[in-house]
Amino acid sequence: MSFASEDSQKLDFAGSPVNQSLSADDKIELFRQMTRIRRFEQASLKMYNKGVMGGFLHLYIGQESVAVGTISLRGEHDHFITAYRDHGHALAVGMGMNECMAELYGKASGCSKGKGGSMHYFAPDKNYWGGHGIVGGQTPLGLGLGYGLKYKELEGCALCYLGDGAVNQGAVHESFNLAALFEIPVVFVIENNGYSMGTSQKRSSSFRGCLAQRAEGYDMEWDLIDGSDLYQVRAKANIAMERARKESKPSVIEIATYRYYGHSVADANAKKYRTPDEIENYKKNHDPIRLWEHRLLDEGVLTEEKSKEIDDAAKKEAADSIEFAENAPAPTVDSIMDDVYWESDNDTEASKIGRHFFND
Amino acid sequence: MSRKMLYRHAIREALDEELTRDENVVVMGEEVAQYNGAYKVTEGLWEKWGCKRIVDTPISEAGFIGMGIGASMLGIRPVMELMFWSFHSVAFDQLVNNAACVRYMSGGLINVPIVVRGPANGGTNVGATHSHIPEGLFAAFPGLKVCAPATPADAKGLMKAAIRDNDPVYVMENTLLYGTEGEVPEADAGDHVVPLGKADLKREGSDISLIAHGRSVIHCLAAAETLKEEHGINAEVLDLRSIRPLDQEAILETVRKTNRAVLVDESKGFGGVSAMVSHLIQEHAFDHLDAPITRVTTLDAPAIYSPHVENEQLPNPKRIVDKVLAQA
Repeated sequence: MSFASEDSQKLDFAGSPVNQSLSADDKIELFRQMTRIRRFEQASLKMYNKGVMGGFLHLYIGQESVAVGTISLRGEHDHFITAYRDHGHALAVGMGMNECMAELYGKASGCSKGKGGSMHYFAPDKNYWGGHGIVGGQTPLGLGLGYGLKYKELEGCALCYLGDGAVNQGAVHESFNLAALFEIPVVFVIENNGYSMGTSQKRSSSFRGCLAQRAEGYDMEWDLIDGSDLYQVRAKANIAMERARKESKPSVIEIATYRYYGHSVADANAKKYRTPDEIENYKKNHDPIRLWEHRLLDEGVLTEEKSKEIDDAAKKEAADSIEFAENAPAPTVDSIMDDVYWESDNDTEASKIGRHFFND
Repeated sequence: MSRKMLYRHAIREALDEELTRDENVVVMGEEVAQYNGAYKVTEGLWEKWGCKRIVDTPISEAGFIGMGIGASMLGIRPVMELMFWSFHSVAFDQLVNNAACVRYMSGGLINVPIVVRGPANGGTNVGATHSHIPEGLFAAFPGLKVCAPATPADAKGLMKAAIRDNDPVYVMENTLLYGTEGEVPEADAGDHVVPLGKADLKREGSDISLIAHGRSVIHCLAAAETLKEEHGINAEVLDLRSIRPLDQEAILETVRKTNRAVLVDESKGFGGVSAMVSHLIQEHAFDHLDAPITRVTTLDAPAIYSPHVENEQLPNPKRIVDKVLAQA
């Protein structure tokens, strides 16, 4: 895999208007967000390995710049939806560590009341629509969020994240076609971490140039972005988001990134289909948080002390979220039957007619 | 006050009235707009409402149904036509994982007020791929609601209830009913809404209960006439109308009255709607039964093409009469 073309590697995107408008505090805030995501996930990994939570844990570690960079560009009517590697986006839109950690623990105070788990975080009040478990299954929904914006004549865009493994799903191609055909304000963000589970991009996708270039087949704009450079993520994603908001035109952007861990923590072969050198190289040369930190140190925006303070605070916040989750109440058996039908939950007239549930 | 109306026109009137009532209602599907609908259900709506409210989609069921689900999360109320409900298979992930489960997985933060409608029936000699009857299949997923109107009045009333419902409702129509005629209340006689979950006694009787939904109801009514005239058997016909929610009380009431039941169901016997109804009767009205519950379902093979025998694979009045006589 490549992290960027030679040309874009040489360009400095700090000078783009959307980055020039960042204050020192804004830049530090981006660092804080990425650090929080990493510390949250490291804490969740530690507890997952202790066996206190069920299911899968798809870690975002290494990819933080994608969620933080793109979501930092949000406007009032921008909406977000992603697949099952959804913790980073959740924290980036403003969900709290407590509710997110409690969800991993399957607790009633989890963001989805313990009904969704790691793959299914939602926060509609923050324009975050999940958290979806089926590869590529969320792309028509992301398209629909854009459709809704256009229908309501709101100036906004839908950011629909998908992995490099999703690009071969039929629903993704149907969504690409509909997006271009109906001129929907949606940006499809391919987070290319190089592997669809244990299968490398080379072994899973046939393409010319890059995955985003498939957009040409649908007469859609596309771009390739180096995810290790937060300035670049923001500069280029902003172009696509503005295209959606102002022209109601969709785009596909591919952000080259990397995950340090397996597809999920349960991925037994995580270190077999990649070399240790490859992982080390990324950590050393492409880690988006380290690169951003160095950049801010160079710019004189951040100090070593401030950086450590932010990191310590993130670690403490994550540790506190574990304590919160451990002490949170489990859902009751009765609660299994809530949240199935809106009409039943709201005790409407319609909910009282006929039998809705079939428990013997 | 009522007037005679075709089933397809009753649905169109429901769509038209709901498009008028709520600006967020949007009708979409393959050929629904400029072509005027593959079955002329949406005829004239595009001309009246224009491209924003009546939307032609490409042949892309997973894409446009998923799109409708996503839009519904922002408050749009899409009414999406599947040209055949048989095409559910290419949109299954959207219909089941997204429409049915998003509310639950979000702990109740989201609701999906969509309608998916279209014909779900056999009997048109189009072979197995186009003759699936999935009401039992979808009713098996909590989070979804399913109905199957048999008459024009019910088609109109259930469609309006489905559109106003804040959960996903799948309306199973029937190509062989689109051209049938029936009494429908006048449009200016008040809002004609048939609530989901309410069965309708289509024929009163005393000797045996025929319990059905969709086109099978029409077959039951024909069979009941034959049974009365030729055999002196007075059959009661209960139209379930709605599969989920299900009017369990109406089912038990008719069985308690006649003490016999034949269930007529165009889906297959294994796990079909009638299997569920049969279970409910034995659980709640066992002591009222004078005979085992029997069923007329579609013969348990993929739908045959041959016009010579397809009707014999499906429930029909003769099969119903035979089954009743075997029990009575």
